[in-house]
Amino acid sequence: MATEAETGGLVFHPMDQFIVRPLFGDGPVGLFTLTNATLWLALTVLAVAALMIVGTSRRAIIPSRSQSVGELAYGFVYKMVEDVTGKDGVRYFPYIMTLFLFIVFANFLALIPMSFSTTSHFAVTVVLAMAVFLTVTILGFVKNGAGFLGLFWVSSAPLALRPVLAIIEIISYFVRPVSHSIRLAGNIMAGHAVIKVFAGFAAIAVISPLSIVAITAMYGLEVLVAFIQAYVFTILTCVYLKDALHPHH
Amino acid sequence: MEGELAHIGAGLAAIGSGAAAIGVGNVAGNFLAGALRNPSAAAGQTATLFIGIAFAEALGIFSFLVALLLMFAV
Repeated sequence: MATEAETGGLVFHPMDQFIVRPLFGDGPVGLFTLTNATLWLALTVLAVAALMIVGTSRRAIIPSRSQSVGELAYGFVYKMVEDVTGKDGVRYFPYIMTLFLFIVFANFLALIPMSFSTTSHFAVTVVLAMAVFLTVTILGFVKNGAGFLGLFWVSSAPLALRPVLAIIEIISYFVRPVSHSIRLAGNIMAGHAVIKVFAGFAAIAVISPLSIVAITAMYGLEVLVAFIQAYVFTILTCVYLKDALHPHH
Repeated sequence: MEGELAHIGAGLAAIGSGAAAIGVGNVAGNFLAGALRNPSAAAGQTATLFIGIAFAEALGIFSFLVALLLMFAV
């Protein structure tokens, strides 16, 4: 009865999958403990590195499969950066490419059954979003000096409205890293929790066929979400970068 | 008693998911309506579409987060 109250009547708790555990032994999780989060973050980096190294090792006119995927990813992100930030934003393409590949691989690796979804943790996404926020803010001031503050002074609005708009713009500017990180972590966490809730229903014999169908459908949706969220994170980074490079409305 | 109230609050916070669904549907539906009027201009606006969807969806995720906090953290 006690366990039923803890898990809400399900066989297992839908949020149990997000618990960070040490890889070896059951000691407390310290700053330098190797955990399942460490393992899957490392696997993500390895997967990204493997794709790009294997993909570019034997550059052929007729590309191999890995080379095609690598070129496709490169071209996709390059076009996105060029479209959103313009020609002068292309200098920052390596950073955005790194972000995109890291998030997309972390999201896809998290879809492997029994794996650990690193991007569902705010600790991971907040670091990514804060890095973007700090980069963009510092870059804006370095490139434009005090002119970067023109981002908050909407010159196309009537003069009386501008102070009010400035306050709103400043608030929305500082909420950016919050929404940027929570969007990614929330989407991934929500999707995985929903799959686990349906998996919990599968233990009830009457509705188990229905819930297995639902898991399959949700899984398909999650594959889509995993890519779209990486895309959204990257394109918002591009939008923020564009604001930093061209702060005038 | 407090725990039960938190559960009711979590259920109320779930209404936010429905509101986000309306928002995302609005964005996507209006995009489709515009795209069918001028299909040649649609391809260039998919990035804007995704940004709009992301902004609308983020607030739904916030309500989901509130529900989670009420269920597991309060």
